[in-house]
Amino acid sequence: MIKFSKQQLKIPQMSKPVYLVTGGMSKFDRAIPEKRTEELVIDAFLEAAEFIKKSPEELKKYIHSCYYGHFADHFGDQLLGEAVIHDRLGLDPLGNVGIKTGGATGGSTIWEAYKAVASGYSDTALAMGWERMDEVPTDEGNHYIASAADKDWETPMGHIYTGYYAVMAQKYWQVFGKEEESFRRTLAEIAVKNKGYARMNPHAQSPMKITVEDVLNSPIVAHPLRALDCCLMSVGASCVILADEKTAYEMTDNPLLLYTSAGSHTLRVADRRDMAIPLLPNESPDQYKDLGVRFPGGDRYPGFTGFLAARMAAYYAYGMAGIVDPTEDLDLVELHDAFTISDIQTYEDIGIRPYGEGRTYVESGDCYHTNPFTGQPGKLPANLSGGLIGCMHAVGATGIMQVIEVAQHIWGRWSEMHADEAKWKRFNRVKPDDWTDLQVKGAKRGMAISHAGVGSHVTATVLVHPDHQLKGRG
Amino acid sequence: MTTQNRGTVKVENGRYRVTGNFHYAYPNEPIRDESGKLLGITNPADMTHIHAYGGEAPFFENLSNAKLLGTKCANPKCETYGSVYIPYRIHCPDCLMRNEEVDLTELARKGASVHTFMITERTGAFNTLEKPIRFVNVEFEGVSTILMGYLSIGEPKIGMKVVPIFQTKNPTFTIMDLSWVPAGTSAADLPEGFAF
Repeated sequence: MIKFSKQQLKIPQMSKPVYLVTGGMSKFDRAIPEKRTEELVIDAFLEAAEFIKKSPEELKKYIHSCYYGHFADHFGDQLLGEAVIHDRLGLDPLGNVGIKTGGATGGSTIWEAYKAVASGYSDTALAMGWERMDEVPTDEGNHYIASAADKDWETPMGHIYTGYYAVMAQKYWQVFGKEEESFRRTLAEIAVKNKGYARMNPHAQSPMKITVEDVLNSPIVAHPLRALDCCLMSVGASCVILADEKTAYEMTDNPLLLYTSAGSHTLRVADRRDMAIPLLPNESPDQYKDLGVRFPGGDRYPGFTGFLAARMAAYYAYGMAGIVDPTEDLDLVELHDAFTISDIQTYEDIGIRPYGEGRTYVESGDCYHTNPFTGQPGKLPANLSGGLIGCMHAVGATGIMQVIEVAQHIWGRWSEMHADEAKWKRFNRVKPDDWTDLQVKGAKRGMAISHAGVGSHVTATVLVHPDHQLKGRG
Repeated sequence: MTTQNRGTVKVENGRYRVTGNFHYAYPNEPIRDESGKLLGITNPADMTHIHAYGGEAPFFENLSNAKLLGTKCANPKCETYGSVYIPYRIHCPDCLMRNEEVDLTELARKGASVHTFMITERTGAFNTLEKPIRFVNVEFEGVSTILMGYLSIGEPKIGMKVVPIFQTKNPTFTIMDLSWVPAGTSAADLPEGFAF
């Protein structure tokens, strides 16, 4: 579709509010030979139970239906792997279903669990996601990932998903980045930031203390993207428990309101037809009239530079939660930084910055925990977990990990979950001497964006502390 | 372990008739750590899938005839009536009526240009293209979509004019039978098996 009906633009109206009760995650790594997938899933579940001081048995008693996010049966080499996990969690004979939407699988899994609770089908639902990407060597992994592009029209070309993504990067780089060295450095700063924040996260797979020069000198993957601009390939699991109001307050005294929405766009970027830019609440109809003048070549929307799926997910979620301006109304975000350049594209799609101006979110220092230019708290810190570049991309688990990370800030328990020496030791990782507390002080609202491939599926999950709801919510 | 007599398929009376082998079994091997402790096993797999092109078959068949086929919405009641699609779409994405086939070969020869591109040294398993691969996303005048392909000669640039070439000798009947070269390339320079 390139035009939308009134019905399609309806802000979702749920039958009842849904709360995030708890969440947990396993260690993430490139390979975990010593554990089966179900062991990682149980690690995540145990952390979620412990977080609200419940035994696993107590927590399980609340669960009524289960939603399992697992992107690739190919990787796990086990069809109906969800049934294996469900059994090992001891949750039979409850209803369960597998969800797969590529890189957005984690977010979509929460979306399904959310609707189950909002509709009244379940008072409490489990959303669990995982991925096992160490069953094949990297080149075969790339082939499998490339199989999530169109098998007849795209995959035969190099069997390399990065290539299908990088054509978008190239277009954005030339049109909106104007091939400027300063823009290339801004991209590198995102990697430096996210790898650096990963150093404070015991779950993270790729903590690194690096500089912009290190990123610029890392091997070229596809110009202008280099190895350190790209996300990880990971193994691990994460889960959240969602519940209705009454049950949530039975389980914990501090649940968070949760809203999840979803958008989509064609699997092949090839098929994306030119259309008018759908506007977010903080944008005006006139503001993009001269986009093609300011950025020659930037007048085709979404073309190869925007993600319509992200824009639509944000449109619905902002309406549901009452968000007008994400930079003002949210205190932190976790974005799907598959590549540094797609991270910048997303800033624009979700209205953190207008189209064409994404880079200023980084260059202003707003995206940092502490603004490097002012020494003050960043206006809207992004990816304090380390994101997909620093923490992990265990695909089915990613979108869930992001939601847990955002929630821990709003709960004011980020430090507790990341400073714990025992956890660092359990994961066989060394806590850095300069470990820094990244808790966003006073965080009340946050959002996580879960994103598939070249933008085929995107979900937006907004978390709101119940004492700090916004006016004008749907 | 032999991999001879690989499977082939024919359709007779609307049914697949298969001959030869569609899979080969290999023994698995233990995976151990430095101390010799068993951690797992390898699971080799060698299988052939049987894949139907369905309504897109004319597109793949005609690449070997040096023809680039697209489709067009032919439903006057559709709000995007007349939109032209390549990749070949069997049905209009808006009205879902069956699209009409259109021959885009001449249009591609005259009016195709690079919308964006990418050069990469990295490939996944089973890649058959020479590295670095030069992906080009090609736009055509009057066409709603932008086709992904690969450039066989020269260095890509946004806006550069390109023309299609087709693997007419020993075609693979896949999208790989279509490639692109800069406009003005001489026939003598084309890769083995390809023609304008």
